[in-house]
Amino acid sequence: MSDLVLRSAGSLATQPNQTELKQDALRERFALFGLCSPALLLVLIIMVLPVGWLFWLSFLGEDGNFTLENYQRMVESKSYARIFRNTFEVSLLTTGICILIGYPLAYFLSQLPRRAANLCMITVLLPFWTSLLVRTYAWLVLLQRRGLINEWGMDIGLWDEPIKLVHNLTGTLIGMVHIMLPFLILPVYGSMKAIDRDYMKAAANLGASPAQAFWRVFFPLSLPGLFAGALIVFVLCLGFFVTPAVLGGGKVIMVSMRIATNIELFFNWGAASALGVVLLVLTLVILGIASRVLRFDQLLGGGHGS
Amino acid sequence: MSETTLTGGALPITIRDATKSYGAVFALDNVDLDVRSGEFMTLLGPSGSGKTTLLMVLAGFTRPDYGSVKFGEREIVRTPPHKRDVGMVFQNYALFPHMSVAANVAFPLKLRGVSKQEMVERTEQALETVQLAGYGERRIDQLSGGQRQRVALARAIVFEPRILLMDEPLSALDKKLREQMQIELRRLHDKLGMTTVYVTHDQREALTMSDRIAVINHGRVMQLGTPEEIYERPANRFVADFIGESTFLPVTVQQGVARFGDQSLKVAQMPEAGEDLLLMLRPERLQLITNDSEAADGEANRFEARVREMVYQGDSFLMYTVLENGTEISLRGMTRRDTVSTLPAIGDVIQLALHRDDTVLISAEEP
Repeated sequence: MSDLVLRSAGSLATQPNQTELKQDALRERFALFGLCSPALLLVLIIMVLPVGWLFWLSFLGEDGNFTLENYQRMVESKSYARIFRNTFEVSLLTTGICILIGYPLAYFLSQLPRRAANLCMITVLLPFWTSLLVRTYAWLVLLQRRGLINEWGMDIGLWDEPIKLVHNLTGTLIGMVHIMLPFLILPVYGSMKAIDRDYMKAAANLGASPAQAFWRVFFPLSLPGLFAGALIVFVLCLGFFVTPAVLGGGKVIMVSMRIATNIELFFNWGAASALGVVLLVLTLVILGIASRVLRFDQLLGGGHGS
Repeated sequence: MSETTLTGGALPITIRDATKSYGAVFALDNVDLDVRSGEFMTLLGPSGSGKTTLLMVLAGFTRPDYGSVKFGEREIVRTPPHKRDVGMVFQNYALFPHMSVAANVAFPLKLRGVSKQEMVERTEQALETVQLAGYGERRIDQLSGGQRQRVALARAIVFEPRILLMDEPLSALDKKLREQMQIELRRLHDKLGMTTVYVTHDQREALTMSDRIAVINHGRVMQLGTPEEIYERPANRFVADFIGESTFLPVTVQQGVARFGDQSLKVAQMPEAGEDLLLMLRPERLQLITNDSEAADGEANRFEARVREMVYQGDSFLMYTVLENGTEISLRGMTRRDTVSTLPAIGDVIQLALHRDDTVLISAEEP
C-alpha cells in the first residue's frame, strides 16, 4: 500500500495514463458539483439572503441609520423577557406532552403487524394533509364554552360548569400538541422499527422479564429517535404562530406573535427583525447544546454498566 | 459419554408430540426427540424444514400447538423464555449495540442479582473462555464477525446454563473462520459439558461437530443417529440425498438378490422392506481400477464407464462418467503426485469398483 503511494509520487506522470486518469477524476467531480449547483443556488436565494437581510434590518433604526436600539429595547424591557420565557415554557410543555402521548403510541404502532401499522400510520398522518388553520379553528369550535367537549362533559356528569378550555394556556397546548404529534411519532416510530426484534428475544433468553427487556434494551435503543423527534417539535414550537394566536386568545404571547404585532401595528421592521434574529440564535444555541448532549449520551451508552 | 457428564449439571431434553402448524403447513409434525444429558445434538435440515421452529420451541419463542418439552424432569412448554434458564446464540448474534462487550456479557448476571465483584470476575472468565480477554471495554461495532460470535457465546454461557441452544451461529462467517470455530465450539462444549442443541443446514458442519444428528424435513425427524450412521447408513432417500453427494441407480430384486441391469450386486445388507430400491453411489467411494491386481478383489462390484469430463480441484479430482446404459455417475479421488499424470483422459473407458460395504441400498419411496 505505502509502497504504491511512494512509487506514484516518486515518478510523476511516468506511469501509463496517470495524468489522464487524474484529469478524469477531477472532471467527474466538477460535473457532480455542477449537478448540485441549482439546489445550492436555491438555498442561497431562499435561505441565506433573506436571513442575511433580516440580520441587516435588525441593526437599522426607524430613521434608517445603524443602531443597536432594537436589541437594547429587548434587554431593557421586562415584557420581552416575559415573552421569551412564555415561548420556551409553551414549547417545553408541548414537547413534554407530545413525548408522553407520542412515545407509547409509536411503540404500539411499531409492534403492530405491517398492514395494521400502515393503516394506523395513515390516521397519524391524516392531520398533515389538512390545513393547519382549519384544524386550529376546529379546536376552537370543540373547546369553546358551549362547545362539543364542554357539552359532553356536562352531559356525562364529569363537571357541572363549563370549563374554560380555550383562550388560555390549556387551549394553546391542546392545539399545539395535536399539530406537533406526527413530528414526534414519525422519527420515534422509525427508530423503533429499526430495533431488531432479536434483541428483545436475546434479552428474554438471558433472563429479562418483558419490563426489564423494555427498559434495559428497547428504550435505550429508541432514544436517538426520541431525541430527534423532541428536538424537531421543540424547535418548531419556538417559532409557532397560528395556533397560539387563535387558541391562546391573547393570553399566551409568543415571540412569533410579537413579531407580527411589531410589523402589522407599528410597522417596525427593525424591531421585528431583531426578535427574529434573537430567536434564531437561541434556537441554534439549543441545537448546539442538544447535539453535544446527544453525543455525550451515546458515549455514556457505550460504556454503560461496565 | 452422556453418563459421564451428568455431574457437570447438564440436563437432558425430552420432546414429545411437538406440533406446530402454520395454516396447512406443519412446521413441526408430532416430533419426538430425546437429547441426552451433555450431548451435542445437531438439528440438520434444509430451510423451511422446521429445525429452527423446533429450536424456538425449546427457547420459548414459539408456542407449539400441542406437545410436551421437558428439561430434565421439568415440563417447560408453558414457561416464558426468561424463566427457562437456557443459553442461546442467535444467528445474527443479537448483541446489544448500546452496551460494551463486558456489559453484554454481564447482562444475564445483572438480571440474576449477582454481586458486582462476582459479576466482573465471571464476565472476565467468560471472555477468557472464548479467547477475548481484555476486550471488555470495546464497543460491539468495533468487533469483527468472528469476535462478535465469541461475545455472543460468552454471553450465552456466562450464567452457566445447563442447556445451550445455537441457531446457525457460524453461517455469517467466512469458510476458514467457520471451520476453525467449529472445532473451537466443539472443544468448548466438551469442556463445559452442557447439553447443546445446534441448528444448521450445513451437513459438513453437522458431521464435524455432533455427537448425534437429527435430520429434519417437513417438520419430522427423518433419521436420528451418529454422524457415521447418518452418512454410511442413511435411512431413506431424503437423508442419503441431503448428506453428502450421491447418485442413485435403480435396482431390482430377484429372489433376494439385488440387480442393477443384468448385473447382480454384492451388498452390505438388504433393506428390510420395499420393492423399489436404489443404489446409493458416493463419488468418493467409487474406486478407479488401474491394474488387474486390484480388479481381482472379489468383494467389489465392478462397473465399466466412459469418461465424459474431468475437473481438477487441487487436492482432489472429480470425474464425470457415463455407464453403458447412459447413467451418469461421478467419481471423486484424491490427487497424488504419482497419479496426476496417469489420470484417464476424456473419452477413455475405465473400470470402477465399489466395495461391498459401500454398496448401500435404500428404499426409493419418499418417507
